[in-house]
Amino acid sequence: MSDTLVECRGLSFGYGQRLILDDISFTVPRGKVTAIMGASGGGKTTILRLIGGQMRAQKGELLFEGQDVAKLDPQGLYAARRRMGMLFQFGALFADLSVFENVAFPLREQTDLTENLIRDVVLMKLQAVGLRGARDLMPSQISGGMSRRVALARAIALDPDLVMYDEPFSGLDPISRGTAAHLIRQLNDTLGITSIVVSHELAETFRMADNVIVLANGGIAVQGTPEEVRRSQDPLVHQFVNALSEGPVHFHYPGPTVAQDFGGGLQ
Amino acid sequence: MSWYRPADVGFKARSVLADWGYGARLLMRLFMLFGASVRRFGLVRNQIHFLGNYSLAIITVSGLFVGFVLGLQGYYTLQRYGSSEALGLLVTLSLVRELGPVITALLFAGRAGASLTAEIGLMRAGEQITAMEMMAVDPVSRLLAPRFWGGVISMPLLAAVFSTVGVFGGYMVGVVLIGVDAGAFWSQMQGGVDVWKDVGNGIVKSVVFGVAVTFIALLQGFKAQPTPEGVSTATTRTVVISSLSVLGLDFILTVMMFSI
Repeated sequence: MSDTLVECRGLSFGYGQRLILDDISFTVPRGKVTAIMGASGGGKTTILRLIGGQMRAQKGELLFEGQDVAKLDPQGLYAARRRMGMLFQFGALFADLSVFENVAFPLREQTDLTENLIRDVVLMKLQAVGLRGARDLMPSQISGGMSRRVALARAIALDPDLVMYDEPFSGLDPISRGTAAHLIRQLNDTLGITSIVVSHELAETFRMADNVIVLANGGIAVQGTPEEVRRSQDPLVHQFVNALSEGPVHFHYPGPTVAQDFGGGLQ
Repeated sequence: MSWYRPADVGFKARSVLADWGYGARLLMRLFMLFGASVRRFGLVRNQIHFLGNYSLAIITVSGLFVGFVLGLQGYYTLQRYGSSEALGLLVTLSLVRELGPVITALLFAGRAGASLTAEIGLMRAGEQITAMEMMAVDPVSRLLAPRFWGGVISMPLLAAVFSTVGVFGGYMVGVVLIGVDAGAFWSQMQGGVDVWKDVGNGIVKSVVFGVAVTFIALLQGFKAQPTPEGVSTATTRTVVISSLSVLGLDFILTVMMFSI
């Protein structure tokens, strides 16, 4: 087993004419928490979708356990996905199933476990996220932070090798945010999984990540440990880490200049 | 962007063809997933409960009133020719051949089809379908197939309930209220309705309508834009397209069944 679980080589991806990711390369080491940071719309979530094989890159390779995800046939892709868990931004719980049934869903679909065993596994996973007592509630009855924890329990139900978190902190209060960061770190270390966290919350992410990749303007501005990233002299990273509105990352969407556009200039 | 530029016409034609191809392939897959749906019949059973049982009230009430009206109108026309004993036959033939399957399908499109589209569309909007794919579960076989077969099984049953209740409604108005001879009402009906040609063809119609309505509802929900606006457009399209398809298919089927 190599030390690298996910490797990305020269990846380019765009919607129509607009290139979101331009020739990026990075590796995700096994057993570590890797954070992908960057401004909104910078292609962070896109990377998760590419790893999950839901979208295909125009150029480059994305290797999961040495296999190019984009080249897998449907069976191979499903086999790879069985080893991944994904936490969606708003949980994406099945609204017609209770908390218990949501966590039991992957087990019922993918395994032949008996009802007793499923119950034990589900309660174990819910215990890990602190929601064993909430098993009978419906998704509409729990808060946003709780539904994300339920979704996390569902994502780890099949003991995946890789768990991907899409914006796990957005819209959470400070207490839930701290809980979520702690939980991600704890699950990573106790279950021996590999985690990829997409986020733009600086404090939480820097505190729990082993490696940080900062995306900006379609490329990788810097990657390294949180300490290295914080000390980076790169102007892009400086702007991001200090939350400045002006810098290499533009505030304005690309378009004609003010002088060209105003006063009926382009009509 | 204007419609007469060749490139735009070509693009439009291609996207229409791609939509049709996508729909045809989805329909094929749903048919091929019959075996998988039978193996997990619990999922289909839940859908029959949801689509069928919950539509019973509207189907029963509509069937009763359509039967009332048929009884009244039929008697009014038939008594001019002195053949009001044939009322039972008229009511029954109208119901099992045409009104039963067609009105049931129209009500089914509004009651069950719209809810299917909204359900699947909202699952798409809430990333639940993506989540399912990421759990290596195929949403077509887990979500769509049980709903499809549940709808296809429910439709003929609902049409049968509709026709039965309608005959009873015709009886109440014709025999109980107006005073047509009960013996003539039933015996003319018994003598004039053919099990295969009339009832059988009615069942075939209702199965075809069940396939059409359920499939259109699922397709619209599955490819709905993941926004509130997209789901509302999809729901509207389900009701409009499936109602028109039912009426169009009814004409084609009637031509095929009763012209020779």
